[in-house]
Amino acid sequence: MLKLSDVSVRYGMYEALSDISLTVEKGELVVLLGANGAGKSTIFRTISGLNKPVKGTVEFNGESIGGRSASKLVKKGIGHCPEGRKLFPAMSVYENLRMGTYAVRGDKKETARMLEHVYDLFPILREKAKENAGSLSGGQQQMLAIGRALMSRPKVVLFDEPSIGLAPLITEQVFDVIQEINKEGTTVLLAEQNANAALRIADRGYVIENGRIVVSGTQDELMQNDEVRKAYIGA
Amino acid sequence: MQGLKKMRMPLIFLLVALLFPLFTDNQYYIYVVTLAFIYAIAVYGMNLVGGYTGQLSLAHAGFFAIGAYALGLLTVDANVPYWLAFVLALVITTVIGTLVGLIALRTKEHFFAIYTLCVGYIIYLIIYEWDALTGGVRGLIGIESPAAIGPITFDTGISNYYLILVFLVLTVIFMKFLTESIVGRTYVAIRNSEELAQTIGINTMKQKLISFVISTFLAGLAGALYASFVRFIGPDISYTMMTFDFLMYAIVGGFGTLFGPVVGTLLIVILTQSLQFMEDFRMIIFGPLLVLLVIFYPRGIVGGYQMWKMKRAYKKKQRSVDQGSTYEGGD
Repeated sequence: MLKLSDVSVRYGMYEALSDISLTVEKGELVVLLGANGAGKSTIFRTISGLNKPVKGTVEFNGESIGGRSASKLVKKGIGHCPEGRKLFPAMSVYENLRMGTYAVRGDKKETARMLEHVYDLFPILREKAKENAGSLSGGQQQMLAIGRALMSRPKVVLFDEPSIGLAPLITEQVFDVIQEINKEGTTVLLAEQNANAALRIADRGYVIENGRIVVSGTQDELMQNDEVRKAYIGA
Repeated sequence: MQGLKKMRMPLIFLLVALLFPLFTDNQYYIYVVTLAFIYAIAVYGMNLVGGYTGQLSLAHAGFFAIGAYALGLLTVDANVPYWLAFVLALVITTVIGTLVGLIALRTKEHFFAIYTLCVGYIIYLIIYEWDALTGGVRGLIGIESPAAIGPITFDTGISNYYLILVFLVLTVIFMKFLTESIVGRTYVAIRNSEELAQTIGINTMKQKLISFVISTFLAGLAGALYASFVRFIGPDISYTMMTFDFLMYAIVGGFGTLFGPVVGTLLIVILTQSLQFMEDFRMIIFGPLLVLLVIFYPRGIVGGYQMWKMKRAYKKKQRSVDQGSTYEGGD
């Protein structure tokens, strides 16, 4: 469904990604593991059209999308939940969700259905619908960011470090919801440092270091891999 | 009913505005308030692109002047019927606005402000230097009043007052619908974070351009009304000072609020007129007041009022929760 072949991205002279090749099949939950600055966010930004690759191709459903504008890609079905639970803090929770439907705003019925669905996934958002997004707690903000990404009814969603800065219990809740979203048929690409929690729900994974993929494999393979265990799981 | 209650303040304002000419015989007062209404329309344009969308355009007086000069030249030199000239003036301003916006919006933040400041100054220079077309420093004299619509004529101060009030009210209504629509909310989203707006699927370039073009349209509308109201225009209306006056009105009233432009413009214009006896010294009072306002009410008078109301509602809610005092378990 999503295929990157030999993608390189530069920020000025600095090569942030070198020859990244990865695939995500329909219905899969794939995790990208890596430390800060490894290039996970850059991969996401490239897929969602915020960065342009200098080399290589990005394909979505067999169509080349490298260098397309971000707004068109959302319409095509690529949802992006950016790092650091970025919200519109001055808008209410409901308005944040409504902004998420912007790309697909023509279909009112589907939008209303999706809103209900997001409220069912995160009942707290229904409760706080009228409150300012800035007044939510960290975990609630992350839930809102996830909910907003779902509002455009994406075929594949990119979750960029959803667990960052959250208490372990909340992290678990967030991952449970991501797994549920995946089970409902949405393909998920997840970037994480929290390898333990992420691998628990993932089908496959890639490990990124310094802009390169260094290890890839299925959930079990990565769990057993000594280097991965040392670097990310701490065992 | 709740909507009506929410609109209580604006409706009282409107009522006062409607009755105002009946309570004064002083033509000068009516003249000043009418002028403030015209400026308020222009400030609405600036408020949309600067306050809501977060793109500080400093070419605003330039577009105001383009609207004014287009109307003036079309009616005086080309003898085009008034209302046709009026529509053409709006079209001309909007087209020029689109062209400028297409280039200017490739720059961001400070650079956008600086770029548009330069555009504004270039417009001023063109008007000032192009003697053959604009009359240069002498300006344009004898622009006609708005032509009669059916039996309604606009040759008195009061009739002009009502005409311009109608345009102002239409502008406010338009802004209300625009800023509450999902398209209008994208402007706030862009102000918030352009990149985040992109990731959720907003075509930010397109929306910024639309917002910019609407703002130039409103500047042109105000300019055209100004030309036929004052009936004399000179290059000074396109000068940078004028842009910063507009900006000041917007900031005082509340940048990025629906009623900020009217409140700020009326207040400052009336205040400046009543402090006229102090001549240039009035700026000594004005400057510090503005600084204090920006420090304590960064979102202007309207923004401050909204905060105050929100706090009061919050306290009320807290109190009713306390009085309900059913213990729902601690945490």
